[in-house]
Amino acid sequence: MHYRMGVDVGGSHTDAVLLDENLCCVHGVKVPTTANVDSGIREAVERLGKESGIHPRQVKLATLGTTHCANAVVERKNLSRVGMIRIGAPATRSVPPMVGWPEDLKKAIGSVYFLVRGGREYNGTPIVPLDLEEIRHACRQMKGLVDAVAITAVFAPTDPADEDLAAEIVREELGASIPVTRSGELAGLGLLDRENATILNAALNRTANRVIEGFRRALEQAGMQANIFFGQNDGTMMPEKMARRFPIRMIACGPVHSLRGAAHLSKMSDAVVVDVGGTTTDVGMVSNRFPRESIDPAEIGGVKINASMPDLLSVGVGGGTVIRGGPEDICLGPDSVGHRLTQLARCFGGSTWTLTDAAAAIGRIGWTPFMSVTEEEKQRSQKAMSVVKNRVEEAIDRIKGGPSPVSVILVGGGSSLLPDELTGASQVIRPPHHEVANAVGAALGQVGAQVERIVSLEEESRDYVYQHLKKETFEATVRQGADPKTVRLISVEEIPLSYLPGKSVRFRLKAAGDIRTSAEDTAVL
Amino acid sequence: MRELSRESVSDIAVGSAVLGTGGGGDPSLGQWMAIHAIEEYGPVRLITVDELDRDSLVVPAGMMGAPTVLVEKIPGGQELVNAYQRMETLLGKTIEAIMPVEAGGVNSLLPLVLAAQKGIPVVDADSMGRAFPEVHMTVFHLNGLSPEPAVLADEKGNTAVLYPADGDWYEGLARELTVRMGGSVAVLDYPLRGEQVKQSAIPGTLSLAERVGSMLRQFHSRENSPVQSMIEQLEAVLLFQGKVVDVERRTESGFAKGKVCLTGTGSYRERECELLFQNEFLAAQGEGKVIATTPDLICVLDEETGTPVTTEKIRYGMRTVVIGLPCHPKWRTVDGLNLVGPRRFGYPFDYVPIPKTIQGSV
Repeated sequence: MHYRMGVDVGGSHTDAVLLDENLCCVHGVKVPTTANVDSGIREAVERLGKESGIHPRQVKLATLGTTHCANAVVERKNLSRVGMIRIGAPATRSVPPMVGWPEDLKKAIGSVYFLVRGGREYNGTPIVPLDLEEIRHACRQMKGLVDAVAITAVFAPTDPADEDLAAEIVREELGASIPVTRSGELAGLGLLDRENATILNAALNRTANRVIEGFRRALEQAGMQANIFFGQNDGTMMPEKMARRFPIRMIACGPVHSLRGAAHLSKMSDAVVVDVGGTTTDVGMVSNRFPRESIDPAEIGGVKINASMPDLLSVGVGGGTVIRGGPEDICLGPDSVGHRLTQLARCFGGSTWTLTDAAAAIGRIGWTPFMSVTEEEKQRSQKAMSVVKNRVEEAIDRIKGGPSPVSVILVGGGSSLLPDELTGASQVIRPPHHEVANAVGAALGQVGAQVERIVSLEEESRDYVYQHLKKETFEATVRQGADPKTVRLISVEEIPLSYLPGKSVRFRLKAAGDIRTSAEDTAVL
Repeated sequence: MRELSRESVSDIAVGSAVLGTGGGGDPSLGQWMAIHAIEEYGPVRLITVDELDRDSLVVPAGMMGAPTVLVEKIPGGQELVNAYQRMETLLGKTIEAIMPVEAGGVNSLLPLVLAAQKGIPVVDADSMGRAFPEVHMTVFHLNGLSPEPAVLADEKGNTAVLYPADGDWYEGLARELTVRMGGSVAVLDYPLRGEQVKQSAIPGTLSLAERVGSMLRQFHSRENSPVQSMIEQLEAVLLFQGKVVDVERRTESGFAKGKVCLTGTGSYRERECELLFQNEFLAAQGEGKVIATTPDLICVLDEETGTPVTTEKIRYGMRTVVIGLPCHPKWRTVDGLNLVGPRRFGYPFDYVPIPKTIQGSV
């Protein structure tokens, strides 16, 4: 029997699970996240092996989902110095890169920036010919001042040729080992937000390498020889080599893994997922087993980026949320006792009333409370529970995308706060292993790819264009390491360009498939 | 006359998204362009129409094309200057002030970019009092003023000059040229004398956008309802409050058309409302009755944050407040309604002025 392991490093807990060949969850553990993350991962992996009795050599695939990259940006730590090349002059000169960035983040990354002539029109023709000499000149100027290079060309998501050429020149001038990020590989149309994502991605190079080495070391020490993968923001995963190149794709993988894991554990492909944590509750939607993407640009560390991110609503209530006031003027949070629940909460002998205590007081949590509850406290608890229910129900309604009721999956340590019936829910599901749904999501192991193009439907039929792009997306997914037999489309976006005649349409297709696991196949990754 | 601060520019950006009534393009690019131009070239002065000299040459400036192209191939800045210089050469005169074509969306801010580069003032006025999708839907056209010469310029150095036969030709030719020039171009048209601007333009619209933006900004930092302040201070009327329960979209000849259905919340509980849009929100209907139509402004805001909701992003589950702002009286004339009334957009009903009384409160 072979197994796959998923590890999810969150702010307070590191979770790890083992899935068998049928993707059934065999065992899961939860340990506190340590300051030195390697040791937290190692502890989780070792405990997992010990408690399940499964030999480390039987684990063939290990996937990590982590908040490291997000933290590096938010805390401005361990960021690489980035040389920025924008290909777009004479267009794009009206706004320089890094506009609106927080000063401390700019300082951490540096402002070495060059705007060179080139870039494409929406239909792929050059705006002006790419100026290769200018790129060489830029490279010579930035030599020794930067650790990584970010290249952003106008319309690169639909035509990457200029960025590819520029990247070759950068390697010629600065050496093959310098990390180069090309914007077209990362994000969609919208130059400034994509450029932001590209710069941050380049800046995360050092952090990504540390995370990858740390994970590798932890697995080696546990005696595992698994193929290593890393979770991405869209719910798919990428091999180590890709993770080194695209750390920004790992930045929001935590909540995404929760959604994927919840859907898998409940055997549902379309549902709303409610993940109740200690401080907040995330509400998201899976359709076709993948998280629905947000249409708004995401923000990370004060910078807007348009890399694809999950559509999530965060509600400020969780198991540790502090309750104040009486039944008439009740006030929930926003503060939470967090991971000190077992020391501070009333039902654990402390003096703070939390939502967990309210759930215990009305008997929703099936243990006998340590405290005696007065009639007023009971009323207050009932009131608190109904406020929580209403707020979560409103979030469910906002996220579900249509008036008909949907299946709602409850996961996370605080999910017992919620009742078995919710407005807008056709059914409420509490899957087994729900407390480690995020690690399960990490272990599922599918790889994906996306293709974005602006096409004119004047000369070619929509169907021809669609079939052509579908084939291209499938091929890209297989190149990512997917087993061709399992590849399928997970989303198709088709948006006409308004205010322009000529039937120009922007297509964006995404596909995913199961990872090929045989040795010959993974060797080519 | 006053200098526009960085904060004013940001307020105008937010306010012009509200006056864009769901369309007009995302003003945040315009905001960054204006802020960068001011940092690079110096401050921009805003003057009222009263401060304009009767004989000074004033030209409206902006960008035309697909918003998707504009935010990807962001302007170089030089295309605006090229169009400006071509206009001066054609007329043999010096341009003394710039003004926005429309007060809604990204075009409310682009004149600031040119004004900073050329060191001339921006007039606190525009030719729509909101945003409209076609180039000739202006009060200038309504008053029989000619757009010619109209100058289009791209970032590659091309400029084109149009002397169109009428408004429809202008719209058609300008669109075709825009596509050929790369999907997004700078446009300067309707060169006017100060006197003509005083007679024809809709005054005070940039400062109106600024006031709206500042109300929303203060809401983000304090706990008062921006919607309530808008109703109290701007002659705005609450048209509806409700949740989006359905959105229908289709695309016809480059326009995103459709319908949004709302069910009432708050004092509108048990009631229903339909919003019709074509890039912008153009009409509101409730219980078989037309409540409000273009050219009055129908603005949809997020109930909780006051953030303007665009026709592109509105979707099921959003909690919204719909407010109406009366358009300029010029649009309410027979000729005005022929140009921008609901029938001009293909709707089978006549203009209904927005009600003056407030029904319920937020």
